[in-house]
Formats: sequence, C-alpha cells, structure tokens
Amino acid sequence: MTITDIDPRPSAEPRTGLRAPSDVASLRVTLPRVIASEWVKFTSLRSSWITLVSAVAILIGFGSLAAAVSAGDVATRGGQGGGGPAAFGIDPTTLSLAGSGLAGIVLGILGVIAVTSEYSSGMIRATLAAVPGRQSVLLAKGLVIGAVALVVSVPATLIAFLAGQAILGQGANVSLGDPGVARAVFGTGVYLAAVALLGLALGALLRHATGAVGALFVVLLLAPGLLGLVLPQSWEDTLLPYLPSNAASSFTSVVPPDGMLSAGAGAAVLVVWIVGLLGAAAVLLQRRDA
Amino acid sequence: MITVEHITKTYGETTAVDDLSFTVEPGVVTGFLGPNGSGKSTTMRMIVGLDRPDAGQVLIDNTAYVDHVAPLHTVGALLEARAIHPGRSAYQHLHALAATTGIPRRRIDEVLDLVGLSSVARKRAGAFSLGMGQRLGIAAALLGDPDVVILDEPVNGLDPEGIRWIRNLLKSLADDGRTVFISSHLISEVALVADHLVVIGRGRLIADTSVADMQRAASGLTVQVRSPRARDLARTLADEGVTIETGADPDQLDVTGLLASVIGDRAFAAGLPVHALIPTEVSLEEAFMRMTHDSVEYGPADLPASPQTEKVLSR
Repeated sequence: MTITDIDPRPSAEPRTGLRAPSDVASLRVTLPRVIASEWVKFTSLRSSWITLVSAVAILIGFGSLAAAVSAGDVATRGGQGGGGPAAFGIDPTTLSLAGSGLAGIVLGILGVIAVTSEYSSGMIRATLAAVPGRQSVLLAKGLVIGAVALVVSVPATLIAFLAGQAILGQGANVSLGDPGVARAVFGTGVYLAAVALLGLALGALLRHATGAVGALFVVLLLAPGLLGLVLPQSWEDTLLPYLPSNAASSFTSVVPPDGMLSAGAGAAVLVVWIVGLLGAAAVLLQRRDA
Repeated sequence: MITVEHITKTYGETTAVDDLSFTVEPGVVTGFLGPNGSGKSTTMRMIVGLDRPDAGQVLIDNTAYVDHVAPLHTVGALLEARAIHPGRSAYQHLHALAATTGIPRRRIDEVLDLVGLSSVARKRAGAFSLGMGQRLGIAAALLGDPDVVILDEPVNGLDPEGIRWIRNLLKSLADDGRTVFISSHLISEVALVADHLVVIGRGRLIADTSVADMQRAASGLTVQVRSPRARDLARTLADEGVTIETGADPDQLDVTGLLASVIGDRAFAAGLPVHALIPTEVSLEEAFMRMTHDSVEYGPADLPASPQTEKVLSR
C-alpha cells in the first residue's frame, strides 16, 4: 500500500470574496457587461416572454383571420376557394399584416415596461448605483429590447404574410417577388421593433407605465386623427406625414397612402423620432435624481 | 472612507439636507442617527450618486462615486429593502447586478449563503417576507465585496436572531478594515453595534461623536453609592461640579460628576465603608431624545416632553 501524497490540510480554505488584486482589476463596468445585465433582466421576467408570444400570436393570428374572413367571403359567393373579388380594393399584403397595429402596441408596451418596471419596483436605484454612467444603461436596454423585438417581429411578420397569402389562395394573393411587397413585409417587421424602442424611450422619459403607454397610444393611434381635426389644412399636410406611424406607412405598405413621404424619407423620419426621444431620455436620466 | 463636504439638498421648499459635513472612517461601524425625515436617506442616496447635491460634494476614498470604475466593488449599499423586482428570483436579481461589473457566479452563491437565502434563491422575490427581502438587499450590498458598506435601516424587518446576525456581520466587516455606515432612527439599535455616531436633525449635523462620548456629553455620569454612613460620605465628596442627591433611602446617594473609582478612593481615604458603587448611565435613548428634541420634523406641534425626558431636562 502506498501512502497517498496529499495536502496535510485537505480542506484548504476555499477562496472567497473578491479581494485578490486580479479580481479588482477585472471588475470594471463595461458596455458589454451592462448589456449582459440587461439581457439577464429581460430573460428573467415571465412578462417579457408573455409579451413576445402575444405579439407573435396577434401578428399571425389576426393576419390569418383577416385573410380567412375575406377568403371565406369569396368561397360562399363564388363556390371556389380563394376567388379574387374578396380582396378587391384591399391590398392582400396589408390584409395578411392586419395584426401589425396591435402587435406594435404590444411591443411598444414591452419597451415601456422594460424601463418603468425598474422605477415601480425600486430596482432602478440598484441599477444606477451599479452603473453610475447612466447612459450606458439606456443604451444597453435599447440594444437588448431592439434586438429581441427585431429577431421576433421580422420572422413573425414574414410568417403572417405567408400564412395570410396561403389562406387567400391562388389568384387573390401576392408573393414576395411582386413589386413593393418584400419592402412592405420586412418594413413592417422593422417598424414593429422601432415601436418597441419608441416605447422604451417614452418609458424612460415619463418613468410611469400608465403615462408612457398613454403617450404611446397618443403618438401612434390618436395623433394622426386628432391633428387632422384641429389643424388647418396646410399645417396638416405639412405635419402629418412626419408622425411616426405615418412616416412608417411609407415603407410598411405596398402602395403608400397619398401625401406621405417616400420610403427612404419615412424611414429617416422614424429614426429621428427614436434617436431624438432616446437622446432626450438619456439627458434626463443623467440629470434627474433616481 | 466617506467624506461628506458641505452638502445641501432641497426639494422645492423643503431643505432635506443643510450644509452637512462629516467623515466616516474605515475600521469602525459608524451609526447615522436622526429622527424620521431628518435627511438620512437623502444623504445616503447622495453618497452613492443617485441624488445630486445642490451644493457640496461627497467623496469615497477621495473620488466621487460616479468616477469609480468598479462601483459595486467600492461601495455596497442597501438603500431600501424593496429595490427588487418582485418577478425575479433572488439569484436572478443578484445575477443582473453582478453582470454589470463581471462579478463571477461563485460570488453570487457566496453572498446568498452568507445571508442565509441559499435554499430560497430560486423563488420569486415577490413572495419574500420583509426580513428575507432585507437579507437579499444586504446580499446585493455585499456582492462586490466592497470597501465601503452603506446600509439604510438594516435592522428593519429582521427578527431577533437576524438582528444578532447583522450585528456580528457589521462588526466583522469593520474588523476587516472596511468602512461601515448604517442608519437608524432608533439609537438603541445603533448603540449596540456602532462605535461612532453621526447624529443629524432637520438635515443638519447635531453630533459627530463616539457612543461613549455622546453618553457622557449628554448626561453626565451618575454613580449610585450605598453606605451606612452616607451622610458623612456626602460631606467628603462635596465639591465644585459635583451633584449629590439623596432619596428616601438614607443609605443611598446619587453622585453626578465623579467617577466611581474616585468616589471609592475618597471613601477609603476617609475611612468610610462603601457597600455598593454602581455607575448608572442615563440611557442613550434619553440622550438622543434630548439632542434631537428641537429638530423632530414630524412630531406633534406641541410635543409634551415625556416624563423621562422631563427628568433629564430638569436635572
């Protein structure tokens, strides 16, 4: 038998704490680390997943439903599945993306909640104490929420489109190869991610979910109609195309509505909205007491 | 070390903190005392850069909090028990904070173990009791193994066993050479663990003193003396600055202004028997009440002094 050569102190103190010089050197706050933190925050909340799944379900469900209602209409009239007249006057692409308005609101709320839930729970103080360079928190949140929304909304929009067209059937449907269709489908996917960032910015500006969601509704849904009512015609023509939802309509529909910007200009206007609001939120975040 | 230099903070008409300066030294536990609404929490938020002072500055080891590259490693703070999203588990909460500065996962397990939450680490924090939430907040404060530990009302919500635990924890942190700064509105809580006290009222500094000094300064030391020849002893001890009170018991004297050892020596020199020599300290509670009496923010408009306070004041 051999005597095993072991440490006479078999249970040497496990190293605890972070006081070693190597630890100290490695504990800097960096943007990738703040992004990692925001990723942990996002993925660890059940509400994140519920919201994402709802957005996808609404997109695909509403699109299919709208297509099915139209297709069914045709079937009862013509006796042949998927006749043309039902989609008459309605753009088949728009029909299959009927859920995009509501899905946008849901993703916008996802963006709102990503910030306001930190304020309502008090978590924001822990967050900002950990990351005193506050802009990087907002930037990291934007990157995580924007990327997640994009990764979910683009494929979901595509699926909604394909499902809708399949339901409409041959003759009544369009394909991605038709003029303007691909731009509208992918444009809608990107617009949905943009709405999530809009929500994030409003959440960071207003810090309360109710106010921010309200503002989101006003900006996306009410403003286009309300401004049309209160503004003189000449102002209306000048201002309305620059509202986020109208600016987006230039690249989310196959045939943009009259009086709207070109697709490129519309996209640029939307980017200005998001960058402007996020920039304002970043300035306020740095200035205000947490 | 925390250096607070002439900080002032106003919210609208209210001045929460008014030209406040003090330092918190490493190696000891410093208590931060004041009545509710005296500006303790505001001061603590300014220390960790959450609120910005209107004037003055706070330095941590000679650098502003926001300029530290690894803030969680420099300062760990518990500012309120519920700075935790109720939907996250204790582990996820700590993981999100740890990720910001690259704290390894083993440290998360370590602090969960330290505060005794390992068994519920995967449960939603929303289901935690007040005491468990408090422990999670303390775990978050200790996550970066910081040089400076700041805890706002750490004893809140803890059971007696938890209170003893935190006392030992704070002592050991100070013994490591760390700076430990804890707030409370109850001096009885703080006196048991703190060596030094910073007392504020209405946002102003009232005292920056050791616990022992505060007691002496605020009350003067009284010694209860029992002697069968109390009357003779009283004559022997009578001196400038010495107060001797006699009660119903003819054998008993209450002597203020002389240390017990001095009374003993004088009695021995005079050949007088002494049966008991008991230093009785006026409670810290009374000393604190007396100090902050004029600066209670939310007291009843015409606060009648409590019988105890009256006794102290009339002395």
